[in-house]
Amino acid sequence: MAEAPLLSVSDLHAFYGESHVLHGAALEIREGEIVTLLGRNGAGKTTTLKSIMGMMAKRRGSIRYGGVETIAMASDRIARLGIALCPEERGIFTSLNVEENLLLPPKIAPGGLSLDEIFELFPNLRERLRSPGGKLSGGEQQMLAIGRILRTGARLLMLDEPTEGLAPVIIQQIARTIEKLKAKGFTILLVEQNFRWASALADRFYVMDHGQIVEAFNSAELPANRDKLHAYLGV
Amino acid sequence: MIPLLGITTQALFAQLLVGLINGAFYALLSLGLAVIFGMLNIVNFAHGALYMMGAFFAWFLLNTLHIGYWPALLLAPLGVAIFGMIVERTMLTRLQGLDHIYGLLLTFGLALIIQGLFQNYFGSSGQPYPVPDLLKGGANLGFMYLPNYRAWTIAFSLAVCLLTWFAIEKTRLGAVLRAATENPQLTRAFGVNVPRLITLTYGFGVGLAALAGVLAAPIYQVRPLMGADLIVVVFAVVVIGGMGSIMGSIVTGFALGLIEGLTKVFYPQAANTVVFVVMALVLLVKPAGLFGRKA
Ligand SMILES: Nc1ncnc2c1ncn2[C@@H]1O[C@H](COP(=O)(O)OP(=O)(O)OP(=O)(O)O)[C@@H](O)[C@H]1O
Ligand SMILES: [Mg+2]
Repeated sequence: MAEAPLLSVSDLHAFYGESHVLHGAALEIREGEIVTLLGRNGAGKTTTLKSIMGMMAKRRGSIRYGGVETIAMASDRIARLGIALCPEERGIFTSLNVEENLLLPPKIAPGGLSLDEIFELFPNLRERLRSPGGKLSGGEQQMLAIGRILRTGARLLMLDEPTEGLAPVIIQQIARTIEKLKAKGFTILLVEQNFRWASALADRFYVMDHGQIVEAFNSAELPANRDKLHAYLGV
Repeated sequence: MIPLLGITTQALFAQLLVGLINGAFYALLSLGLAVIFGMLNIVNFAHGALYMMGAFFAWFLLNTLHIGYWPALLLAPLGVAIFGMIVERTMLTRLQGLDHIYGLLLTFGLALIIQGLFQNYFGSSGQPYPVPDLLKGGANLGFMYLPNYRAWTIAFSLAVCLLTWFAIEKTRLGAVLRAATENPQLTRAFGVNVPRLITLTYGFGVGLAALAGVLAAPIYQVRPLMGADLIVVVFAVVVIGGMGSIMGSIVTGFALGLIEGLTKVFYPQAANTVVFVVMALVLLVKPAGLFGRKA
């Protein structure tokens, strides 16, 4: 607990043009943790990840990663500090084949997974190396989107709804992958609607509503908070 | 010599050769335009002026520094690319996110200024540029006489075009370029310095135009308006091939040069308009162009 958090966000505001969508969001992640960000549709989860990644042109407040203030940095510099995003829409490049997609993000630090280790997690990818990115199934796209950010040496992985629209078998495979990544020492910020699924993985939870963090608890406190959570998530 | 429809094979091959030469320039220029459009979303109307600058760069090297054709083949594209990258950094970069019309107006204005400046100093007349010694003379192929320099222009342009295609479609750097063309924001979030890549891409596209200018110098003369005349046809080529398609611009460039040459043989009256007729026909059938991906 005495250790400074790896990522610390405070008083974060973000805008799409004139529309103000984050209103002073604040959260912290310590090294090696899995933290899940919950919240109903439109709460601002994706916007929070994009702000941390430096992809929101208009953002204010403070985001510190490893002690470095990144609120005014361009996203390529933030990526080089060791943060990587698996976006909600997956962001597979259709003009690149699977191998090119996999090798696209430049290595920024030692300690990333080797290609063989990535193929161990996602054996399908090895067989589809030459396929165009646009020809993959939804599950394969998600595996590629996750696999792609494991090579680079980034230590903080942000996964935006990695299970959305996928078959149960693949959702399980992704859960096992996240467990393995935690064992390897990655720090993970997960956005999920599927909170039952996330509750088995995460150390801590934040609940977001209307662009603010409204609740924070750890997995032990989960049962006591179930009712409150249902109210926030509207399930 | 076998006459065919009253046309000698000699005349036919002579025009096909002219067509191929023109096609080589169309291909180099439209390739640069396609690369620039893909990455910057700008229709680079300054392309013809930059082609002319390449030719004048070589002419200056020869007449003031006595640096000949071969070094000029490297130095002129490099010099014009640096000029282009300064233009990109200081002006084009400010147009990001704005409507196409702004890029069009800015580059068109630039072309007028550059051409005006050169006309001011050189008038409209042409400056001769000699064929390099190594490529003087020609070969008699029996059915036609092939000047060495023209053969070299076609072969070298084709090689540069194919090399460019290979670099973009088959290499690691090309993959980064394609990714940044498709989704610049995400590519940047992976740690790629996209603004620098954009500047280099513009420099490269513009360098191709300058290279075409150096190649053209010994064939046509070096004139301030040499690019202005050519660029209209090149834009038609780009429209036919489909904006932003690499192989499309190469194939279309050479093909239209040939079609133009053939028209000169069989129906000379239409030689100057045939490209635009083809353009209109293609747009009727495939509005995105023959190889176009996006509308
Ligand atoms: N590109 C955009 N332009 C304008 N408004 C946007 C844009 N993207 C999101 N918004 C708005 O910002 C708010 C937060 O959106 P965000 O995508 O961060 O929500 P989310 O929590 O990720 O939702 P979901 O669970 O549906 O993915 C919403 O009100 C949304 O309508
Ligand atoms: Mg979202």
